[in-house]
Amino acid sequence: MAQTSHGVGGLSYDAKKRAWPAEFNVFLALVILVVIFELIGRIFLGDSFLFNTRSDVAGIFNEARLQIIILQVSIVGIIAIGVTQVIITGGIDLSSGSIVGATAMIAMSFAQVATVNGNPNPKAMFLAQGWTDLPVIVPVLVAIGCGLLAGLVNGALIAYTRIPPFIATLGMMVTARGIAKWWSKGQPISFPTDSFAAIGKGLMPVIIFLSLAVLFQLIMTYTRYGKHCYAIGSNEDAARMSGIKIANHKILVYVIAGILASLAAVVLSSKNLTAQAGMGVMYELDAIAMAVIGGVSLSGGRGSIIGTVIGALIFGVIISGFTFLRLDAYYQEMVKGAIIVGAVVLDQWRQRMRALRA
Amino acid sequence: MSDIVLKTENLTKRYGGVHALEGANFELRKGEHVAIMGDNGAGKSTFVRQITAVEQRTSGKIWFDGKEVNFTGPIAAREAGIETVFQNLALADDLDVPSNLFLGREKVLFNLGPFSILDRRAMRKATEAALVRTAVKIPNLSNTIRHMSGGQRQCVAIARTATFASKLIIMDEPTAALGVQETAQVENIIRTLKDNGEPLILISHNMRQVFDLCDRIVVFRRGRIVANLRKQDTDGQDIVSYITGAKTGEAELAA
Repeated sequence: MAQTSHGVGGLSYDAKKRAWPAEFNVFLALVILVVIFELIGRIFLGDSFLFNTRSDVAGIFNEARLQIIILQVSIVGIIAIGVTQVIITGGIDLSSGSIVGATAMIAMSFAQVATVNGNPNPKAMFLAQGWTDLPVIVPVLVAIGCGLLAGLVNGALIAYTRIPPFIATLGMMVTARGIAKWWSKGQPISFPTDSFAAIGKGLMPVIIFLSLAVLFQLIMTYTRYGKHCYAIGSNEDAARMSGIKIANHKILVYVIAGILASLAAVVLSSKNLTAQAGMGVMYELDAIAMAVIGGVSLSGGRGSIIGTVIGALIFGVIISGFTFLRLDAYYQEMVKGAIIVGAVVLDQWRQRMRALRA
Repeated sequence: MSDIVLKTENLTKRYGGVHALEGANFELRKGEHVAIMGDNGAGKSTFVRQITAVEQRTSGKIWFDGKEVNFTGPIAAREAGIETVFQNLALADDLDVPSNLFLGREKVLFNLGPFSILDRRAMRKATEAALVRTAVKIPNLSNTIRHMSGGQRQCVAIARTATFASKLIIMDEPTAALGVQETAQVENIIRTLKDNGEPLILISHNMRQVFDLCDRIVVFRRGRIVANLRKQDTDGQDIVSYITGAKTGEAELAA
């Protein structure tokens, strides 16, 4: 047994001890899920889940399905990018769905056209003030402002009053939903400008989702901000003793989560060409679920944006898979719930195994 | 005066009516390793907490590095060059070794406020240098602390103090939770620090360890310093008498 001898220092690299990234497991789960749907499809329906079986369409893969898989999770995925950062820091954000609702209403009212088919726009909120046909940057900035404000309130409450994030963001969840309903007294807000409508057109949500994911993955890996997120989530006392300004950091994390939720609101209302007070209900839970499925630990300190993106894809595959198997939407929800719980159980189990090995 | 690293005069801390620390006069010279011993509640940790400004003292004066100091908090003390290895380690489990060493003091490539780009290569190099200096062996720098044994974690915590130009290292029972081999590993690191001439205050209950590693032993009893002895002038029996109160503090004047 070669014990360290006095005065002899240095490093010994042990390649075998290198940890297997958690994202691999999540990716493996995604692949297995796709294979299962493929097999069930081939055996019971005589159709392929992933591959192109039609002779009148070119290509190896069923591109329409691939697009839908990612398109249907892109908007919640944008929220999940922010939620991932919150959870890594050891918090939780229940308010993102309501922030989507409130922001969609407010931003859309600054994105309306003045005239529809030659008549004054009946839905225009600010027709009298002449705030119509504004350049697209205005509603986008208004949205970002809303998200920033909501995140600031969340973060400040958590950092300074020390109430649990669960409670602070629960308060914001209820309040922001109230604001969404109050803004137009429950009326939907419609008829956006062409430039605003372009934001959510076609595959734009996917492009926005993936670019934001790449950006924040880089931030989490290569910047001080990212490092401190993991440090605080991992051991808040240690982070404090190390001189990290915990309060400032937490506020920043919730502000970023708020802004991402508001960007999701812009994409969603643009894609739907309308904003309604009920938009984004339950999105916060879907976003949390994507993160958890993607290997982000609810106890903080572990996970990544890549993981969450894969988690979002798993979500998308399940929804598309159930549609493909012509199963009712009710089953989707039930299975979704089971998968969320399963992912957390798996995470706990993995942690215990790790503790035993150490 | 110039070779005195740390000096306290009449350092006193009271919690309400409880006199946790009474008039502690203490000196530490350059390159000196001093052990602080005493029963539980004797005031050892209280003494350290006043120096590192984790708590604010009731009265008394502290000189550090030739100047009288009034640290506002543990971070100020650390910036001045007092590094403490805490009993509870103060490491982030989910970060790798370089990240833990540089936690809160990251090297950056571009300064963009909170989004400053980290200089990971430089931190890794500095980490390797610190590990060589302290003779700490870590299997893989990229592994998170979570995967490491208690001894390895303690080594990382100690290596952290050596990463920066610290002028004084304080260790609060660094081997209390460690096995035999791991304890030996930590003790070797402490010897390396001694060879490098780094002054150290070691709080320990382990008599063998104290006689092995330190030049001088200071005994606390009921909030007072009751003994201040060079190790060649004393033995284990003697120290135990001071700790238990069988002998009282006439030796105090020897300071």
